[in-house]
Amino acid sequence: MFDDFHFSTILIATIRNAPVLLFAAFAGVFAERSGVIDLALEGKMLASAFTAAACTYATQNPYWGVAAGIAVSCLIALLQAYVAINQRGNQLVFGIAINIAASGLTFVLAQYFFQLGGRSPDLGAARFALIEFPFAESWSSVPALNWLFGQFLGGHTILVYLAFALIPLIHWVVNHSRFGLRLRAVGENPHAADAAGINVAQTRYMALLAGGVLCSFSGAYLAIVQSGFFLRDMSAGNGFLALTALVFGNWRPLQTAAGCLMFGFFAALQIQMEGVAFPGVGQIPGSLIQMLPYIVTVIVLAGVMAKSVAPKALGTPFVKSR
Amino acid sequence: MNSDLPRWATNIALPFLNLLSALFVAAAVIYLLGENPGEALGILIKSALGNAEGLGYTLFYATTFVFTGLSVSVAMQAGLFNIGSDGQMYLGGLGLTLMMLQFDGILPGWLLIPLAFIGAAVFGAAWAFLPGYLQARRGSHVVVTTIMFNFIAASLMNFIIITYLIPTGEQNPASRMFAEAAWLTRLNEWLPALGDTPLNISFLVAILCLVIYGFVVWRTRWGYALRAAGKNAHAAHYAGISMAAVIVVTMLFSGGLAGLAAVNSISGSTHYLSLNFTAGAGFVGIAVALMGRQQPIGIFLAAALFGILMQGGFDLSFEKPNIPPETFIFIQGMIILFCGAMENMYAPALSRLLKLNWRKNV
Repeated sequence: MFDDFHFSTILIATIRNAPVLLFAAFAGVFAERSGVIDLALEGKMLASAFTAAACTYATQNPYWGVAAGIAVSCLIALLQAYVAINQRGNQLVFGIAINIAASGLTFVLAQYFFQLGGRSPDLGAARFALIEFPFAESWSSVPALNWLFGQFLGGHTILVYLAFALIPLIHWVVNHSRFGLRLRAVGENPHAADAAGINVAQTRYMALLAGGVLCSFSGAYLAIVQSGFFLRDMSAGNGFLALTALVFGNWRPLQTAAGCLMFGFFAALQIQMEGVAFPGVGQIPGSLIQMLPYIVTVIVLAGVMAKSVAPKALGTPFVKSR
Repeated sequence: MNSDLPRWATNIALPFLNLLSALFVAAAVIYLLGENPGEALGILIKSALGNAEGLGYTLFYATTFVFTGLSVSVAMQAGLFNIGSDGQMYLGGLGLTLMMLQFDGILPGWLLIPLAFIGAAVFGAAWAFLPGYLQARRGSHVVVTTIMFNFIAASLMNFIIITYLIPTGEQNPASRMFAEAAWLTRLNEWLPALGDTPLNISFLVAILCLVIYGFVVWRTRWGYALRAAGKNAHAAHYAGISMAAVIVVTMLFSGGLAGLAAVNSISGSTHYLSLNFTAGAGFVGIAVALMGRQQPIGIFLAAALFGILMQGGFDLSFEKPNIPPETFIFIQGMIILFCGAMENMYAPALSRLLKLNWRKNV
């Protein structure tokens, strides 16, 4: 009955889906642990996806594309920091504004430069090379090992390895480094942090900039690695899904990464389940499986599965007490 | 932060300066696209306001935005940021369509049209209930839950329209067209000068809703509870106002108003339910509410501005292919940025300026 259902394909697709969410969710970890709500992940992702695709196309070099994506995403992050920290503006409203503006502007620019209905040309050969294990051929006679080293662990681009390498790194930075301690202090109780001599504004600026860099990778990954072109609104809710993983993971790096992998798995499952008839239920429509991550999030938020504990100062601008 | 400013400054001067900043950024982008911003503005205004038909379309779009703007505003009054208006409007469209598909062969028009409004409002309110309830009882942040409900609505409607509502033999992901009895009366039946525009009686309903909103929020006991809850939840709770009740009821009204926006788009114009018919109107509502400072007149003016941008934008894109209608999505984002997130940017400067003048007069 599960003839069309390949578990190994789902696992590989999970690995390919997860980096988009991992990068963005880690960007969210930095922003939100510092006390700034980051609803602009979606917009930053889309803006850097467009810039990365356009620059890769112009220079035929994906590394320039990624660099340009970082620059644009960091510019937005700086504006975000200015609004959230200096202007003490509404952080939620800022996020919505950037998401809407990015959705409009990327289309207008893509249309202006490429005249392809808001799409960029195919990047073709100007994409990242796949990294193969050097000894891959020697295993190729054994199917299981060939799958493990050739498709599951090997044969991905550098950004995939970067995303997975970041999981322990971000965990260490947030929970064990000097910067991480300040970050959490500023996000939980900025007044205490301020009294202890930590520069609240500077820490939040740095957190948002770090988030800007991380979030740009997820846009670059979408455009250069996953699709090989820019497409209108190609972020398609991934920024919010990353935010969801963040809430699901209780703002902790390792649990958040687990959430990202779970959502990546759902997405892979959805593609595999399309058209497969299950005994008793029949075919499950893809649009219903698409809802799963969002429903899971609402259930998590409702506190049914676990208590969600947001950073205490999340969303509140810091006013130094005199 | 700007409490030292007089009311005319916070309610008129600041929004105007913020709007100008947003339009200035937009003009810069249009200039970079190789077009003349002044000429573009001329085409925009001429097309949206220069003739009766254009004006009709402008007011038709504005009607939808008044409803979504009211939806976001009423929630904002209670301190709730409802981002889910788009999903609530989408579900409102479903409620209305189910009613019409069921009854449009049986009932006369004077019963069908109220049913359309009721169906849309009830479904919109129902879709807002759970986020409201979860905020009130479980403390789940309404912003995140309403975003999730937007995505859930998109998938759910996709499923419902494609699985159940497409008439057999059709490919287009839309329901069948309603019988003519269910169509809303167009205002050009009374004012032939309007020409062939879809402006319909839901425009009058929108104006009525603005008046009711103004009365209920500022002149009734419940409106007082609403504003108190929005200004200071702790004080409101201490004064004996049930926060849970305020939150749930506000979200129901907010969702109902968003649902009503669907009546204008569907019963007033297309007469069938199609995939993604909201076209982001719920998000325009956020811009309208922020720009109009949640005041009835402000909401109307902001909705009219977005009506102008919509109607003028379509014509502009025909004449200037470098300025597609999506440019106005960008402008919408800029308006939310300047009128919402950075609303007090000019407050310190304005306050200094006023003090200077005041000293001179003394």
